[in-house]
Amino acid sequence: MPSLESSVSSPRVGVVTFPGSLDDGDARRAVRLAGAEPVALWHGDDDLHGVDAVVLPGGFSYGDYLRCGAIARFAPVMNSLIAAAGRGLPVLGICNGFQVLCEAHLLPGALVANDHQHFVCRDQRLRIETARTAWTSGYTDGQQVVIPLKNGEGGYVADDATLDRLEGEGRVVGRYLEVNPNGSARDIAGVCNEAGNVVGLMPHPEHAVDELTGPTTDGLPIFASVLTRLVEVSA
Amino acid sequence: MARVVVDVMLKPELLDPQGQAIAKALERLGHAGVTSVRQGKRFELEVEGEADAAALERVRGIADTLLANPVIEDFTVRAEP
Repeated sequence: MPSLESSVSSPRVGVVTFPGSLDDGDARRAVRLAGAEPVALWHGDDDLHGVDAVVLPGGFSYGDYLRCGAIARFAPVMNSLIAAAGRGLPVLGICNGFQVLCEAHLLPGALVANDHQHFVCRDQRLRIETARTAWTSGYTDGQQVVIPLKNGEGGYVADDATLDRLEGEGRVVGRYLEVNPNGSARDIAGVCNEAGNVVGLMPHPEHAVDELTGPTTDGLPIFASVLTRLVEVSA
Repeated sequence: MARVVVDVMLKPELLDPQGQAIAKALERLGHAGVTSVRQGKRFELEVEGEADAAALERVRGIADTLLANPVIEDFTVRAEP
């Protein structure tokens, strides 16, 4: 099918695989469905291969020995990623990826064990609090979505001063509605860095991109948003 | 060789579900009188040379960057005689 994009190359979005990653395939598929070229990146390779954005997918990096994301944060690819994120590269961490971004201090706070002590898996309603990030511009402020959530250590915590700052600066990206599934402080489902290029999200938008396999397609705008950002940046 | 011990504990204001699960299990097993349990981690590091001030400082750096997450955990470092 001829398309408007045929004259320019598609944006390339890298998806990092750590030992224990399990949603990297879904994340690459979501990237492709959004219209970009998925690029598989390996944790042991410190080269980002010129990608335009990076997704750290869900899973259990290195089995999450010690703490979730604590060891993955020191993977060779993270050295390049941390530097590139500082220069504005859009980075999305989903679930375990969110934990890795917190451990890498690209995002404030930390994720701890669910307050009810059980693994949780549900179709979660949440509110997208801000469209002013690289990964949420395809939504409107306050838009409600349903996206699958599955985690054992998904409770977002930070000290009160940090939480107040995140709220004050409009850096709470998503907030749980109806049920707080893991005891997250102030029902926080996702946050971003000051520049808005780095986003961490506990629910899994890559599992809500196709009606056949997900409860909704509400996750697709996440992956489409970053393409809009990349087109704007290159224009 | 000297041994340096690093104890890591979740900050007191944070809920410790593992500790709570253990406390509940104690109750089920009939151990009365335990009002609270919190679970931490202990690391034992064998280091070359003596556990002098410089070695302890080095281990403190290790604890601060890898063994503990200072956002949610406190840690102590000490030489084991």
